[in-house]
Amino acid sequence: MLAATVRVTRDLDLAEECVQDAFAKALTTWDADGVPRNPGAWLTTASRNRALDVIRREATLRAKLPLLVMDPPDDDDDGFPDDRLRLVFTCCHPALATEAQVALTLRLLCGLSTAEVARAFLVSEPTMAARITRAKKKIAHAHIPYRVPDEEDLPERIDAVLAAIHLLFSTGHTAPVGDLLVRDDLVGRALDLTRMLRSLLPRPEVEGLLALILLTDARRATRVDAAGRLLLLEHQDRTRWDQDQIAEGLALVRGALTPDPGRYALQAAIAAVHAEAPSYQETDWREVVGLYDLLLRRWPSPVVRLNRAVAVGMAAGAQAGLDALDPLGAEPALATYGYLPAARADFLRRLGRYDEARTSYEEALLLTENSVERRFLAERLSDLEPT
Amino acid sequence: MSQYLVLIYGDPSYEAGDSDDVMKGHMKFGENHGAVIAGGNALQPTGTATSIRPDGDGFTVTDGPFLETKEALGGYYLVEAADLDAAIKVAKDIPMPGGGVEIRPVVVFD
Repeated sequence: MLAATVRVTRDLDLAEECVQDAFAKALTTWDADGVPRNPGAWLTTASRNRALDVIRREATLRAKLPLLVMDPPDDDDDGFPDDRLRLVFTCCHPALATEAQVALTLRLLCGLSTAEVARAFLVSEPTMAARITRAKKKIAHAHIPYRVPDEEDLPERIDAVLAAIHLLFSTGHTAPVGDLLVRDDLVGRALDLTRMLRSLLPRPEVEGLLALILLTDARRATRVDAAGRLLLLEHQDRTRWDQDQIAEGLALVRGALTPDPGRYALQAAIAAVHAEAPSYQETDWREVVGLYDLLLRRWPSPVVRLNRAVAVGMAAGAQAGLDALDPLGAEPALATYGYLPAARADFLRRLGRYDEARTSYEEALLLTENSVERRFLAERLSDLEPT
Repeated sequence: MSQYLVLIYGDPSYEAGDSDDVMKGHMKFGENHGAVIAGGNALQPTGTATSIRPDGDGFTVTDGPFLETKEALGGYYLVEAADLDAAIKVAKDIPMPGGGVEIRPVVVFD
């Protein structure tokens, strides 16, 4: 609805006002005349009409404001669904800061209020309002276009959109701070957005991210126990994983694994190996290590090397895992990353090197702010054999 | 059409004319994008820069660039483009040895 209205107003703020006006009008009209057969279309039409009115009235004033750059409408353009795709690419333009991209997407595509977006990112409402205003100003003044990029630029631009949605998902999947491990609302938004994107743009990269979200989120119910304690993959009750999501994710992974698979497709393939394994011990860890090797070639990130080292530890023993982990200690990007000392501590514990394990758990605790994860680490620490 | 100023930043030790490859790159850029280039120049190295700041009722004139940065402004183009995406596409063809470019939309005063 907003996407279709932007097409008329060429101004994000005005489009938002018109959508709100349309809802207000619906309240009174539908009360009197009953709810129309297609409420969505009714609202979109009302919102676009409102926009046309305002523009006619303010023609001279508006001529002075920078308008969104857009191509002339196609002949058979009914406002759907291309407009939503245009809006995605405008909101997730790489010239905007990633957090602004996510905020704009939540605000304009998911229809969250500024207060809701602020809560999602745990910042104050004025801070978020300023962030969104800055991003809208940049769109207007730098002439970020309201357009689906051409084929040549599309892969790079899809990556930016997927990165924004993935950030939203990760923020929900393991909340960086706070008392809840998972923020269901954010995970749900990320899933909805990816589904929408896939319906508009059925490409392997998009299917890879959708598969990754589905397969990762299928474990949601089992990631904490009844008392809210963190359960690692190892201790999760696999019978309670969401089998529908797993089936959908597995089907998608097959399509997403092209000869040159993207980053999310490879991560999804790793999640698929876990989803299909009867237990943690019976997981095909060599396959997991192989997939991490492919992922490293695609995305040489220290965090991927850390995860690979953990898989090596499962495939070839704790000592091999520790050896794979050791060179990462000098990695500046991981200096404040709590999962590195936590993984080290786990290998050391399995090797019976309890003193060193204790030091590593303590280090991990210093670097972890999520209280569910903190409690897990504290319990592991106190369970260590006395020396 | 909008105008964008594309500022070219790079290693301050690099001087215009230092490298034939870079000069050839600029020639080629000029040939390929001549229609949308509204202006542009290479600048003498930052060692030649002079900064002026108001100082009460007078001015302080000092040696050196306004901001000391690792990557120094070495030149610029003024580019005409329909939107930011078009400007980015043009700017990617500018030679950027040891640095990069910054694109800034030019303000239009009515």
